[in-house]
Amino acid sequence: MKQGRIVLNQQARQVTPLADGKLLLDNGNPLADSPQWLAPVTGTVYGVALNHRSLLEQLEAEFQQPPYQKAPATPVLFIKPRNTHAGHGSTIALPTQAGKVFAGGALGVVIGKTASKLTEQQALDVVAGYTIVNEISLEESSFYRPAVKAKCRDGFCPMGPWLVDAAALDPLNVEIRSYLNGELAETNHSRDWLRSVPQLIAALSQFMTLQPGDLIIPATPLRQLEIRPGDTVAVEIAGIGRLENRLIAEESAQ
Amino acid sequence: MKHARIRLPGEADIHAVLVNDDHSVQLADGRRLAEDAVEWLPPAEGTVFALGLNYADHAAELAFKAPTEPLVFLKSPATLTGHRQVSVRPDNITYMHYECELVVIIGKTAKNVSRAEAMDYVAGYSVCNDYAVRDYLENYYRPNLRVKNRDTLTPIGPWWVDRDDVANPAALTLRTWVNGELRQQGNTRDMVFDIPFLIEYLSSFMTLSPGDMIATGTPEGLADVVPGDEVIVEVEGVGRLVNHIVSEAQFAARQAQTV
Repeated sequence: MKQGRIVLNQQARQVTPLADGKLLLDNGNPLADSPQWLAPVTGTVYGVALNHRSLLEQLEAEFQQPPYQKAPATPVLFIKPRNTHAGHGSTIALPTQAGKVFAGGALGVVIGKTASKLTEQQALDVVAGYTIVNEISLEESSFYRPAVKAKCRDGFCPMGPWLVDAAALDPLNVEIRSYLNGELAETNHSRDWLRSVPQLIAALSQFMTLQPGDLIIPATPLRQLEIRPGDTVAVEIAGIGRLENRLIAEESAQ
Repeated sequence: MKHARIRLPGEADIHAVLVNDDHSVQLADGRRLAEDAVEWLPPAEGTVFALGLNYADHAAELAFKAPTEPLVFLKSPATLTGHRQVSVRPDNITYMHYECELVVIIGKTAKNVSRAEAMDYVAGYSVCNDYAVRDYLENYYRPNLRVKNRDTLTPIGPWWVDRDDVANPAALTLRTWVNGELRQQGNTRDMVFDIPFLIEYLSSFMTLSPGDMIATGTPEGLADVVPGDEVIVEVEGVGRLVNHIVSEAQFAARQAQTV
């Protein structure tokens, strides 16, 4: 089962896909026009940085030096606040004077039940389902301070279009493919992640209660996919769908 | 005027209320309830920003130079709690400290706002206690969520007061009492980055929305707190926020009682 959220007459509505590719509204009527999509969830979005094994390997020597002194002992977490949340098809404004901007094709793990102090074995029981996320970020030259300026710009966390049921996907064996202007540009596979989805849910829930509608981004790829105004970026996960967004220059958005 | 969000014991509905001078609350249906007869919730809903090292004296206390750019981190609703609630000190740690802070509540959508216009975007002010568990500090996205975004460790409230009821937000005394003893004292005039600067800075790269909250940092005077402690943080002319520290076991027992 797949569901999405759209705006219709200034109201948030639920949609499900029909076999012919059209959309069915929550009142049982088919939708004629192509909709304006919303992010499929409205809770807190937690991201996990440095969970890609080869990225951590690249930085291993640097992380023994100041200011880090030693490698991270627990998941490195960040929050994508509400101004970053956006839907499939949204146009995202990129700053042109702030250095490189990277796409971050990722899985979105959506929480379905209030979850506190779970074990790894219990963790998947609280997952409502999965979606696709593009965790957009400016280039990070340091991981010492919270990356608010790099990660919290308006529209820098498109999600969707679909939330699929938990049964539709194995979070221990998932591949995320990112496309730049239609060409496959980067892949992100769960086998490359240092901590798995159940391990992360367990770790986060030790000190924060997760709520229905919260979303966890378990891992972003290596930050090699630079995006620029004029580009179209898409992220695909088999079994979920395709999240596509167009990029424009911040100046032209104002 | 003072604005708060409360719940009545045993009920699920959240009420937006006005707060009287005796701290009783006025419901929309005319009922008036005493301060101790309601459950106080965080006074607003939105993105929560917090500032690290935003008082020069506190930065020196932690052996840091004051930053040249604001050190901003985010909090999620998971960590927020209200006035007269409890905060959990984790077992087997050595140092958990309070932080008394003035909170700015955003009232209007703000993007690319100049310093000169920044105060037009402020709805009012509140108070928070931005507890930190220093044992869990790591040097990645520091202060990391495990230090600063734990369940119950950001009491905020009791209410927010209208901007125009505070004559000069840059001259307010902040005080923290532990078990009745004054332990922390400072003044908002000593902020490294003041409120207009913070609004200009944040809105230069992201949109602020009504209900967003900016916890503006804490002055020197930190100390460890333990289960059983009563911790009160106060910002002059804004409010006085009461909180009690409990152990993990005490918290679990309370939770079991309310279910």
